[in-house]
Amino acid sequence: MSTPVFAELSVGEVVAERELLATRDRLVRYAGASGDFNPIHYRDDVALSVGLPGVLAHGMFTMGAAGSVVTDWLGAAGRVVDYQSRFTRPVPVDADAGAVITVTATVGAIDATLRTARLDLKVVFDGATVLGKAQLAVAFE
Amino acid sequence: MVNPEIQGRVYPPTAPYLVGREKVREFARAVLSTSPLHLDPEAARAAGYADVVAPPTFAVVVQEATLAQLLADEAAGVDFSRVVHGDQRFTYTRPIVAGDELTATLTIAAVKQLGGHSMVTASSEIVDADGAHVVTAISTLVVRAAEEEQA
Repeated sequence: MSTPVFAELSVGEVVAERELLATRDRLVRYAGASGDFNPIHYRDDVALSVGLPGVLAHGMFTMGAAGSVVTDWLGAAGRVVDYQSRFTRPVPVDADAGAVITVTATVGAIDATLRTARLDLKVVFDGATVLGKAQLAVAFE
Repeated sequence: MVNPEIQGRVYPPTAPYLVGREKVREFARAVLSTSPLHLDPEAARAAGYADVVAPPTFAVVVQEATLAQLLADEAAGVDFSRVVHGDQRFTYTRPIVAGDELTATLTIAAVKQLGGHSMVTASSEIVDADGAHVVTAISTLVVRAAEEEQA
């Protein structure tokens, strides 16, 4: 993928798109890396006992992986100055099949004076949006 | 129910957290990143950073120590088994890089009650060893009502 150029961005342009596979193995790795060991993210019995359909992906795993779609695209061309998201819908992760999450990053706004762009993320699992108002503000060099 | 009187409370700064290169790499791989800036110190240096750059959600690792303070505060009344993460925001002055020594200070920005549930907005200001601002991490935690509180 070529390096993004600020002057060539346009509002509404899709700059990155990726399918992410969440698996139980990846949730365990995220638990270790982040320090979030809530058992609903790796134990079906615990998840079921609190009324959930089964093991769920960490909201922060989904937010982090969706952010990687943008930072992989951005490379050294700039830096993320703000990243926000609401956790609107859980992502159940099947023990065998995992969960396929689709991420689409679109340019939402451009500030030519500040050399910043807002990227809006659409993050979908099983036909439904799972992160709300997922936006990154990126400052270009 | 969460004690509404904790609104405005400021907790003591956390113990300094030293950001390790391998921790940054581990976290980057865990969020499925392939950017060399997170993994390769030479690529990071070529881009003007002292060492590998942490992904934007890495601050959650440092913020976690502040949320532990809130959960441990018996006066706050937060039942962890009923906590759902409502939203999250990171606002950066500069990226976190390996070698940073970070300290976080938690402020309870808001406590709201909604239909028996409590919404706690926790703001963690994270500074480096010089005291300069690096990132503010803001979480809204939704604490679901216990059954006996649901009318």
